[in-house]
Amino acid sequence: MSELPLSATADAALQAAPATRARGYWTTVGRRIMRDKVSMACALVLLLIFLSAILAPWLGLEDPYKGSMIRRLRHIGTTGYPLGTDELGRDMLARLIYGGRLSLVIGILPVILAFCIGTSLGIIAGYVGGKLNTAIMRTVDVFYAFPSVLLAIAISGALGAGILNSIVALTIVFVPQITRVAESVTTGVRNMDFVEAARASGAGAFTIMRVHILGNVLGAIFVYATSLISVSMILAAGLSFLGLGTKPPEPEWGLMLNTLRTAIYVNPWVAALPGAMIFAVSICFNLLSDGLRSAMDIRN
Amino acid sequence: MLAYTARRIVYVVPIVISVALVCFLLVHVTPGDPLVAVLPADASQELAAQLRAAYGFDRPLPVQFGLWLLRALHGDLGNSIATGRPVLAEVMRAVGNTVTLAIAAALIGFTMGILLGLIAGYFRETWIDKVATSFAIAGVSVPHYWLGMLLVIIFSVQLNWLPAVGAGPSGSNSWAWDWAHLQYLVLPAITTSVIPMGIVTRTVRALTGDILSQDFVEALRAKGLHERGVFRHVIKNAAPTALAVMGLQLGYMLGGSILIETVFSWPGSGFLLNSAIFQRDLPLLQGTILILALFFVFLNLLVDIAQAAIDPRIKRG
Repeated sequence: MSELPLSATADAALQAAPATRARGYWTTVGRRIMRDKVSMACALVLLLIFLSAILAPWLGLEDPYKGSMIRRLRHIGTTGYPLGTDELGRDMLARLIYGGRLSLVIGILPVILAFCIGTSLGIIAGYVGGKLNTAIMRTVDVFYAFPSVLLAIAISGALGAGILNSIVALTIVFVPQITRVAESVTTGVRNMDFVEAARASGAGAFTIMRVHILGNVLGAIFVYATSLISVSMILAAGLSFLGLGTKPPEPEWGLMLNTLRTAIYVNPWVAALPGAMIFAVSICFNLLSDGLRSAMDIRN
Repeated sequence: MLAYTARRIVYVVPIVISVALVCFLLVHVTPGDPLVAVLPADASQELAAQLRAAYGFDRPLPVQFGLWLLRALHGDLGNSIATGRPVLAEVMRAVGNTVTLAIAAALIGFTMGILLGLIAGYFRETWIDKVATSFAIAGVSVPHYWLGMLLVIIFSVQLNWLPAVGAGPSGSNSWAWDWAHLQYLVLPAITTSVIPMGIVTRTVRALTGDILSQDFVEALRAKGLHERGVFRHVIKNAAPTALAVMGLQLGYMLGGSILIETVFSWPGSGFLLNSAIFQRDLPLLQGTILILALFFVFLNLLVDIAQAAIDPRIKRG
């Protein structure tokens, strides 16, 4: 048959090609990040904190709400209370682990919400362009006129204290930032040949955005969003620290730091523990985000 | 340069109006009546209606915004509900303390950041770089209100070297540049400086690394320019971007000082904002946010113009 020589050349070409060529982009990124010791250590710490927060009720901990007047502010290392007790005699270890549940949710959820909203807005603004772009991006500019801490506190201060309000406030803070990044990467992609080809073959605007644009911009936006988690954790706990988030006696790191502030003259190191948890989560997310960024930057 | 400056200033006008609109709306998204803080719980319907008319809350929102903006342009932001004093005077007095804190923190943070960034950029992938980068990442990741608490624990509670809270010895009503007052500034300023330190370090390190790997540096060295001359070129090329980042950071310090001012009871604008929120003093809340946001907008404008002044490439864009 006449096809035989052709397939023979194809076979030869396949054998000549290096084995790594078959690997996809995300596999390469995955492999690179697995080899990065710092990123893996951070991932491990985060995994530990997340798992203990999720599994808190089954870890055989003390009741995080049960206080006692006679065992208030025990030091770290007291038998039965490895991390001491707080100003109301509640076990610190239990409260720190239970506190992770709320702290992680109010720190991470705003970034996830803002990621969804901001990516959609940014892709629409970047792809459709014109008046819609002007409308979306000029609105974004207005929010850039506020320092993010001020904006978060202004919104949650106006809405009043509460978990839901602080999540809303932080989401509003991050949406403009993610929209700006999404818009700029989308503008970079929209005039590329494959988008032009899709348009020429009759694909609708929505299909092009969903299939051709999204896949090509998601990585960059995702990395940017992961770098916001650290800020979000600090701000979310900060709102609770000011009294704008959770209400007592709920265990939450920012609020715990606030109520323990009065105890710094009696038992300073116990009072500082909740902040150490916020710091640990925040720095791990930052390092992981840095690791992901350099793992994805394959061309360099 | 003049044309660029004019264009940039014109562009600020809609931003300022939008910022004012956001501040105005903040009070009106508040659940419940904006009168709730002034009105006694057992007030009669007539009294409520009277007060509503006195504050102008019975008019349509766009009219209210127009009137509010007009008064604001004349420097009248209303009176604080808690103290009865004009909002503008209250805020301006507090802003002075915030500026003092921000400038002290900027001196520490920017100096450290530039030094660490330059060293890290020059000695990439060495242990010095690793130490500087770790410092930077810790600086941007630390919850600064917690760092403030730690510093108080170490330097006030344990060592008893520095005061924990306040902005001057008791009996002192205004700031003065003597040790009696300065010792109150040390801990809040160090605490405020860590985030800008981290961000400036990372920026300067990246800039220095990028510039040093460019061809023109190679050419300069090849033609025999001494290292000091090369260094001057690095600084000149890194300055516009570094300046923009530092300007933004100064703005963040001015506008985002609420957490640190709360920890240290520093009587600045953030402290004022905190009390406005918890006393539901809405005119004060609105006014403080408006003034802080305007500070931020004008600081950004200044930075843009300064950046264009030292970098001729920007004016063309």
